[in-house]
Order: sequence, then C-alpha cells, then structure tokens
Amino acid sequence: MESALWIILAGTLVATSCGILGCFLILRKMAMVGDAISHAVLPGIVIAFLISGSRDSVTMLIGAGLIGILTTFLIEFFHKKGKLQTDASIGVTFTWLFAIGVIMITAFAGQVDLDQDCVLYGEIAYVPIDLWITDGGTVMGPRVVYIAGTVLVLNILFVSIFYKELFLTTFDPAFASAIGISTALWHYLLMGAVSVTTVASFESVGAILVVALLVAPPATAYLLTHKLKQMILISVILGVLISISGYFIALLFDGSIAGAMAIAAGFFFALSYLFSPQNGILIKKKIDMVEA
Amino acid sequence: MNIQVEDPALELHDLTVAYDKKPVLWGIDLTVPKGKLACICGPNGAGKSTLIKAVMDLIPATGGYSKIFGKEFSEVRKEVSYVPQRETVDWDFPASVYDVVMMGRYGELGLFKRPRMADREVVMDSLRKVGMENFKDRQISQLSGGQQQRVFLARALAQQSEVYFMDEPFAGVDAATEKAIVSILKEMSENDKTVIVVHHDLQSVEKYFDWVILLNLRLVASGPTEDVFTNELLQEAYGGKLSLLSEVGNLMKQKKFPQREK
Repeated sequence: MESALWIILAGTLVATSCGILGCFLILRKMAMVGDAISHAVLPGIVIAFLISGSRDSVTMLIGAGLIGILTTFLIEFFHKKGKLQTDASIGVTFTWLFAIGVIMITAFAGQVDLDQDCVLYGEIAYVPIDLWITDGGTVMGPRVVYIAGTVLVLNILFVSIFYKELFLTTFDPAFASAIGISTALWHYLLMGAVSVTTVASFESVGAILVVALLVAPPATAYLLTHKLKQMILISVILGVLISISGYFIALLFDGSIAGAMAIAAGFFFALSYLFSPQNGILIKKKIDMVEA
Repeated sequence: MNIQVEDPALELHDLTVAYDKKPVLWGIDLTVPKGKLACICGPNGAGKSTLIKAVMDLIPATGGYSKIFGKEFSEVRKEVSYVPQRETVDWDFPASVYDVVMMGRYGELGLFKRPRMADREVVMDSLRKVGMENFKDRQISQLSGGQQQRVFLARALAQQSEVYFMDEPFAGVDAATEKAIVSILKEMSENDKTVIVVHHDLQSVEKYFDWVILLNLRLVASGPTEDVFTNELLQEAYGGKLSLLSEVGNLMKQKKFPQREK
C-alpha cells in the first residue's frame, strides 16, 4: 500500500509540473516543441551520465537542460536562418538528436546504467524500490519523488514570480518587445524549464508519454475555461486525477502505469471535448436544438 | 514636399530597412512635430508598418537612425505606446479585457512587481475612455472586431505615454467604433500627445489628421495635411493605381456599393 502511494505521488508531481508548463506551450502553439525537447534531451542525459559516472540527478538535469535549450535554439535557427517551416525544423532537429541518444545508449550499454525501454516508456512501478539513502545510511524514501518534487517547486516559483512576463510574451510578443520585455529571454527560460521537467519525468513516464502529460491536461483545461489562471489550476487538478486513475487502471488490467496514465489523460480530454460548458460538442448541439 | 520642424516628437534620418537584403524602406528623412495627429499613407507594401516597427526597434534598421524627442528609442521606451495590428494576436487566448489592458502597465511595473491600486485605477480609467468599462470581465474571444480594437487602444492609453504608434486601428471596425476612436485620438492630440497612425482609407484622411506622411518605399511627402494631401503628391505615392482607387472610393461614397466589414 505504501508503494502505491509513492507511485501515485511521483506521478502526480510529474503530471502537475508538466501541466503547468504545458499551458504556456499550447498557448504559444508550441506543443510539438515540448515533444521535440522530451526526445532531444536523451543525448544530454547519456553524456551527463558518462561524465559523472552515476545517475547523479543534478548533473543529469543540467546536461538535459542545456541540450533542451540547444534544441530550441536549433529549431529557431533552422526556421529563421534556414527559411525552413517551423514544423519541418522541429522534425529535423529532434529526430537526429534522439537518434544520437539511442546510439549512445546502445554503444555504451555496458557502462551506462540506462535501458532503452526504460528511457522510452519509463517505469514508474520501480519508483518505490529506487530509494535515496544518505551517506549516514538513513533511508529518505524514493529518489524520484525528491527530484520531481524539487522540479515542481521550481516550476511553481518560476510561473508565479514571472507570470506577468510569461503571460505577455505568450499573448503579444511584439507589444512585449516594444515595452522592453525580451521575448527571446522568456522563450529560452520557458524551454529550459520544459527540458528540466522532461528529465525529471523521464524515469517515471519516459520520453514518449511525457508529451501526453505536457499537452493533454492543458488542452483539456483550455476547453473548460477562458481564464489563464484557471486553465493552469485545472491542469494541475487533472494531473492529480490522471495519476490516481492511471494507477488503478494499470492495476485493473495489470499493465504499464505510465501507459494507463496517458489513457486516463486522453479519457479526460474526450470528456471535456464532449461536455465542456462552452465548447463541448454535445452542449453545443443541445443549445442549437433549444434555439431551433 | 518635406516639412522639417524644430524640436520634433519623431525624427527619422536616412532610415533604411531591408528584409533579406531587399530594401523595403529607402533613406527616409522626416520629422513629426509634437502634439500632431499624423497618418502614414501609401499603397500596399509601401513599408508603412515597417516604418513603425523600425522606430520601435522591432526590426533592425539597416542604416540611418530614428529618434524620439531627440533620444534613442531604448531611452524613452516608457514615453512610447504601440498598438499592433489587431490580427497579430490570438483573440481566443484565455484572457479578459481587463487582463489585456493591464498589460499596458507592465512596462512601468518592471520585473517582480505586481499591479497596485494606482495601476488598477489607470486601467479602469482607460477602459472608461474607450467605453468598455462594462466589458472588463468579458473574455476577449467574445469581442467584436471593433471592441477588440477599443481594448488595444485602452491598453495603449494605460501606458500613459507621450507618443503613440498605431498600426491600422481602423481596419475592420464598425462605424461607431471608428468615430469613438477618432474622437479619443483628437482629444489626445489636444492634450499635446503625438499620435502616428498607419491609415488605409484616403477618404477620411482630411477629416481625421492634421499631418500626413506619404510613403512608397521612399518618402514621397511629409507635412501638414493641406500641403501634402494634394492630387499631385497622391498620384506620386500611389502611381497609376490611384485613379482606380479614387473612382472606387467615389462610388462607395455615393453608396452604389455597400461597404463591407473586413
């Protein structure tokens, strides 16, 4: 029972972090940049791993954060200087970085305590086993929970302190530049936050499913409200619900927890698509019928 | 025709802007005196919006300089307001009218600080001026084109600046809003604010503006409306297209064609 709680807690921490940042990503029409970053950080993790020689989380977060910002930079670079469409430059950038990461994992398989499946799909069920034990021998609890918790706190601080700047540069970049708020700076800071969050989510949900958590809860919330603050709050609540329901769905079918979380995320999206008070298609139909 | 004045609000000297080495503005020299309600006119692709953006440092100038009250833009940023074209933002964005107008205070607030009582009062005051105070909690996705433009104007008013640059504030707005905006602009200019507007509709230039900048990649003319807004100079700015344009305009004046909203 205790392990169930740890798993749900880890899932919740990861899902809420992703939900908060995801709101800004989808409003900037950059949901797929989140996808790109989550894949592209892979070589960063492996390199950090090879340098530090351990699964030292801080090194991994820094390594991945740097690669994440590099990815964002390359996407912008190909788009602006290479005159490539944004989606094409996203596609080119992250696939080769991801491929390099996969090659590195395979090549250094002996030295690196990383597994392809784990990186791709995550294994949240192992969270309770992977404990943080201090030098003195005290057992502090699952390592992933500490990492994800720290990252969540950082994300909450980032978004609440700089809400104004993130809000303005997302809504009207030209106006923001005109009044002296650097759009590039906030773009890269946000992308750095996404990179770090992705890495923190990596071990629990993996590179592929983290996209579901970055995009699905904010997309669901977007249909339910017309206020940014509420949208962020709803994304957070959805993160909690997704984590809890994902765990029990997985238990029911004896399947992957991360996979079940993505299914739950999709399910909540479908619900809001059908029943959202303003935009739900069933509600709209009903209004049409009443009006007709 | 290029009237230069002493102590101008805006001064451009040999301003040149290029996209991909293709110049879109060539050596623009002009001055706009303080307290004028000025319009920038010219055919499509003449570089009207580019001119504003270059002054606001949103796109780099290839050569020359622009000065506001004799200073670099970065030094007087707080004295300058900008109203971008309405279509440049996503009006489905989850924000309220109040949120958008409050953005006008962000430049003054700076990092870390949250809006105070005084900022809220300025925002409400700006909303009242554009007649949108009853819409303050309305989501921006539920506004009409005219209301969206009023919100943008209110945001600019909330900046409490000395110089205002507006990119086509009359594009796609209803007649009532156009009238309301014009009366606000006139009031601003009476209070010695300088307002520079990118404007498309030649029919209303003489009625609304007291200073005209005619542009077509190069500066054709700049000066008081009565001196610049002549058939000869307009022909020069618009080339052969003007005769057709003015005929269409005359027809619309006679209401033979209904004027459509964009």
